[in-house]
This record gives sequence, C-alpha cells and structure tokens, in this order.
Amino acid sequence: MQVEVKPETLAAPAEPVLRVENLKAYYQMNYFGVSREVRAVDDITLTIHRNEIYGIAGESSSGKSSLIKTIAGAIRPPLRVVSGSVRFDFGGRTLDVYDDPQAMKAARWRHLSYVMQGSMNVLNPVRRVKHAFHDFAFRHMGLSPSAFRARVEAHLEQIGLDPQVLEAYPHQLSGGMRQRLAIGLATVCEPEFIIADEPTTALDVLVQQDVLALIKDVQSRLGSSIIFVTHDMTVHAAIADRIGIIYAGRLVEEGPAQAMFARPQHPYTAHLIASLPRIGDTTRRQSLPGKPPNLADPPSGCRFHPRCPLAITKCETESPPLEPRGEGRVACWRAGEVAAA
Amino acid sequence: MSALLQLDHVGRSYPVGGLFARGKMQAVKDLSFTLDAEKPEIFTIVGESGSGKTTTARMILGNEVPTSGAIHFLGKDVTTIRSRSDRLAFMAKVQPIFQNPFEAFNPLTTLDFYLFSTARRFLGLKARSEIDAAADKALQHVGLSLAEVRGRYSHELSGGQLQRIAVARALIPGPKLIVADEPVSMVDASLRMSIVNLFRTLRDDLGVTIIYITHDLSTAYYISDRVIIMHRGEVIEAGEARAVLGHPSQEYSRALRNAVLPPDPVAARRIINERLERRRSGLAEGAG
Ligand SMILES: Nc1ncnc2c1ncn2[C@@H]1O[C@H](COP(=O)(O)OP(=O)(O)OP(=O)(O)O)[C@@H](O)[C@H]1O
Ligand SMILES: Nc1ncnc2c1ncn2[C@@H]1O[C@H](COP(=O)(O)OP(=O)(O)OP(=O)(O)O)[C@@H](O)[C@H]1O
Ligand code: SF4
Ligand SMILES: [Mg+2]
Ligand SMILES: [Mg+2]
Repeated sequence: MQVEVKPETLAAPAEPVLRVENLKAYYQMNYFGVSREVRAVDDITLTIHRNEIYGIAGESSSGKSSLIKTIAGAIRPPLRVVSGSVRFDFGGRTLDVYDDPQAMKAARWRHLSYVMQGSMNVLNPVRRVKHAFHDFAFRHMGLSPSAFRARVEAHLEQIGLDPQVLEAYPHQLSGGMRQRLAIGLATVCEPEFIIADEPTTALDVLVQQDVLALIKDVQSRLGSSIIFVTHDMTVHAAIADRIGIIYAGRLVEEGPAQAMFARPQHPYTAHLIASLPRIGDTTRRQSLPGKPPNLADPPSGCRFHPRCPLAITKCETESPPLEPRGEGRVACWRAGEVAAA
Repeated sequence: MSALLQLDHVGRSYPVGGLFARGKMQAVKDLSFTLDAEKPEIFTIVGESGSGKTTTARMILGNEVPTSGAIHFLGKDVTTIRSRSDRLAFMAKVQPIFQNPFEAFNPLTTLDFYLFSTARRFLGLKARSEIDAAADKALQHVGLSLAEVRGRYSHELSGGQLQRIAVARALIPGPKLIVADEPVSMVDASLRMSIVNLFRTLRDDLGVTIIYITHDLSTAYYISDRVIIMHRGEVIEAGEARAVLGHPSQEYSRALRNAVLPPDPVAARRIINERLERRRSGLAEGAG
C-alpha cells in the first residue's frame, strides 16, 4: 500500500468548515407534572476551520457531550435544540444539521464521523467485530470485499491492534482494545470531519500516544478537521490547535493551545491548568471549592461566581459576554487580571 | 501479619480458537501478592491495555475463576465461596468500582434504586428513612446528595457524576476492600483529584484497602502506597510506589513513565510529532 505523505499545511486563514451559531440545546423533561429544563448547551457560538483540531475541555457535567452530540446531529429527546444553528460546509455545499436531517444522514461516515463517549460499548455484544466494520464502512469505501478487509486490517495494525480482533466478540477484548476499535471505525473511511467524545480516556499512556499520532496523521494527511472533547488537559496540549473551555453550558474561553497554557485568561481556565498533576509531586492538590453548578438552575450573573476567587459584586448579577481578547475570546469581567492572580 | 487478600501464583488463560488461532491465551501469569489486614493501603496496578488488569480484578471479585494458583480473602479461598449467605458476606467486604460507569448502571433503572437495594441487601435496612439516610450519607462522601440523584436515570447524568455514584454505592456495605478498575478515567482532573483524595480518606479514616487499577501514572504516584506494573499478564516491577514510579528500573516501566504527556503544549506536541514521524517512516518502509 502506498502512503502519500503530504507536507503539513500551515495554519492558513482557512475557510470555516463548521459554524455553530448561538446554539442552545436543553434537556426538557416532565416529572410528575413538574417540568424541568437542563440548559446543557447555552448559547454557544464557535467556528472550526479546515485542517484544524479544536479541543473542548471542561469539568464533568458541564455539557461537553451534550454540545458535541448536538453538533453531530445525534440528539434525541429529551435533548432538544431550542435555538441557533449548526452548519457544515463540505466541498462548497452547506449542510444545515437541523434544517436538513436527510442530507445530514447521507453525510454520516463519508464526510463526517462521530465517536461518542463510552463508544467502547457500542459494539454489538453478540456479533463479531468484523461485522461492525462491514456495516458502517463497507458501502462508503467502494472496495471489493477482499480489498476492504485488507484495508481494515492495515488500519487496525496502525493503532496497535492484531487484525485477529476482527474475529473476536467484544467481551473477549479489553477496554482499551474496544476503544481503539471505535477510533478505527471512525477513521477508516478517512472522513473530512471527525467528532470525537473522550476518544482516549480508556487508553494507557503508550497506546494513547499512538492513537493521538494516528488521529493527527489522518487529519493532517487529508486536511480534515476534528472537534473533540476531553477533560484531559494534557491531551489538549498534545494535539489541539485551539481549545474551547466550557463551564456550565457556556463557552467561557477560547484560544490557541499554546497561548492558553501560557496565559489563561479566565479564572476557571487558570484553575484547570494549575491543577494538573505532575509525576514527582505529591503535594495534596486542591480541587475546585464548591459544587459543580446545577444546570437546571444555574447561578445568576457569571455562572462561575460562587467558585471564583476573583468574583466581585458585579459578577453575581451580570453575565459577562464572550469577547475577543488577546489571541482568543474570553467571558470574564476581570479577564485582564487573571494571569497576575 | 494476617492477610486481607493473598494471591498465590495466580494465572488465567482463555482457550480461544477464533481469536488467537495459536491456542491458549494467557491473560494473567503467575501473579502473587499479599495485602495486610491490619495495614490498610492503596495498592495500585498499572500496565498497558490488555496486560491483564481487569482479568485480575475480576478474579479477586470472584467473577472469574483462576486457571491456576489460588486467591484467599481473610483466609478463605475465594473460589469456594458458594452459599448465598457466604457470598453476600464476601461481597459486602469486597466491593467493585468498574471502568465504565455507562456500563455499570442499567439504563432502565433509576440510580437511587441501586443505592437503596445495596442498603437493603447488605445492611438489612427496612425503614424508608434509614435507607434514605444510608444512601444520602454515602452520596455526601462523594460530593452529591440524595436529592440530586433521586428518580434519575443513568443517561441523565454525565460520566463523572455516574462514577461518583458508583463510589457511593460501593461505600454503603462498609467494605474492607474496594477493587476500583479505572475509576477515574472518565472524570476531569479536578474531580479525579477529589476521588483519589477520597480514596486516601477511606484508607485513613475508614481503614479500607483499595486496589486501584489505572493508566494514570500521575494519580498512581500521587496516592499509592505500593504498586505493581503488569506487562502481558506478568508483573515486571513491584514495590513502594514512589520508588517504582519515581525511578523505574525496568526498561518497559521507564517507557511507560516517560510516555506521560507533559501538561505543556510545546513539549507534548513535540512528543506526538516525533511519534507521527516514526509512524510515517515506518509506514513508508512497510509500503514496498
Ligand atoms: N438524557 C438526559 N436527560 C437529562 N439530563 C441530562 C441527560 N443527559 C445529560 N444530562 C445532564 O446534562 C448535563 C451535561 O451533561 P453532559 O453529559 O453533556 O456533560 P459532560 O460535560 O460531557 O460530562 P462528562 O465529562 O462527565 O462526560 C448534566 O447535568 C447531565 O446530568
Ligand atoms: N473472555 C475472554 N475471552 C478471551 N480473551 C479474553 C477474555 N477476557 C479477556 N481476554 C483477553 O485477556 C487479555 C487481558 O485483558 P484485560 O481486560 O484483563 O486487560 P486490561 O489490562 O484490563 O486492559 P485495558 O487497560 O485495555 O482495560 C486481553 O488480551 C483480552 O483480549
Ligand atoms: S466574571 Fe467574575 S466571577 Fe466570573 S470568572 Fe470573571 S471574575 Fe470570576
Ligand atoms: Mg461527557
Ligand atoms: Mg481493563
């Protein structure tokens, strides 16, 4: 097999391939006549360019999976899009996810793939792994069955899996093996846009690096774009071009990875970066004081104010807008003072 | 010393024809270690994917039978625990926390139900108020409350929230040993710290021993007393955690340790790019 290695294109002022505008998606539920609304995605606007890796970070239950599911067009009740839009641009053709669900369906796998959180469990437990590849990928690749099998085997070897796993049932494989299979499934068709939710959390450090290199390889060879979620800031450091930080359903900071690690602008980002554990250091680390906010009844004003070391009175009542600052955007009344804090 | 848990030359093989045509697959080989009943500790198992960690955990929990060797819990051979009451007593003392919280809970059952049935089953509680109190107390330990969990289904919660509920559930019977298989891989750094700090508190205040299975060498270094490193089913390095993880002697352990990505974009990207280059030149060579 001939592998063509194209030079890595430099971050050019490339065209947007995904535009998310003022997106709101809520879980709307009705318990015994009492309705409840979880505002998991609350007014998110972001743009992703061709050939870009965009990482989404944030604490558990901040709405990362909800956002990425909504972008992938993979939501079902009680999660509903309340307002806003998600638009992809594939080869000059605009695809509005919530306006044209049929076109979206057609784009799946070929243009776009989605690896959901816990995807190591999506494999059908009573069918051999090879069937999953056949079901998802065969149609889109236009190869003969034997060429298809050879391609899949080569692909699996690249992520450190013995092609024999194709003959296995999911329960015979370890957690990390199943997770790699999910990534294999999402990348084998080499789509233009990859959406991945926690793709490397079940992997050990060595395998994780191989998988990150694979993702980067597929991405840079094809100039495709990736939006991925992980709470692991070191993974963002390793592959994200830009990072978006989510807190309580809102984007609170966005910017190039390097700049963000060097000079976080939002107090929450500063906390995330400062709390990273390092080998050789056993000082007891503080987790963020207070509880994660309840998205059914989020705090007033800046949603971070009950836990923020820099909070002032204004923060309790007025919600800071996400505004351009430095190389990115930030939503904080005291953004300029963060680095010094 | 009296042993809480003792593994003697434990092995587990799978007779798999289809998977690895060469016959038997040895998932765990000749594994021995002892945990002291009087000295609660955090005993950590690290190792790459497929090295036999989950298989080991399943054997300790009695969910999988060793094909060689023996496992004793408080002097009793785990494989001979048969009767319902013995089994219940054993399960109360040895509680699991699994790798994937999405897998651990049935999507059709509310989460408080798990906590309530654990309280009924292991503590023999009958009164509604007592059951609620036991569940709430356990949830408070992990930073949640019964009010937040009541009536909710697993799909309504995030991965991290679910994992905290799994820890809470494991605490209800008052276990001596918790076997936690990748308990923090789904949660963010801050919660991760709060869960591993919670393990410390359980060890120090409640005298619970914890077998902590993880890929995350930084939290392993941070909380473990002792550690073993597994590779292809075998222990290749064992000892005091600071020594083993701080100054690994085996080449493999060193590789594992050095593969921890630094929380710094410049250094981390360099590592991934080097891997990418190696990968590409490897592929190009293989392409002939
Ligand atoms: N099906 C559902 N019904 C009701 N609420 C839900 C549902 N799914 C998620 N939620 C709620 O939406 C919020 C956001 O959850 P989400 O899964 O998006 O978080 P996350 O940031 O991906 O967290 P994690 O890192 O733990 O996976 C949480 O409060 C969660 O409880
Ligand atoms: N029921 C089974 N039948 C056949 N092989 C199995 C079975 N269960 C586990 N194995 C094999 O045993 C090996 C060890 O698996 P195990 O799940 O213990 O690994 P692990 O160390 O937990 O890995 P991970 O970090 O990926 O979870 C793997 O090669 C796996 O394929
Ligand atoms: S707006 Fe106020 S409360 Fe919010 S992050 Fe900034 S300083 Fe903290
Ligand atoms: Mg999630
Ligand atoms: Mg495992």
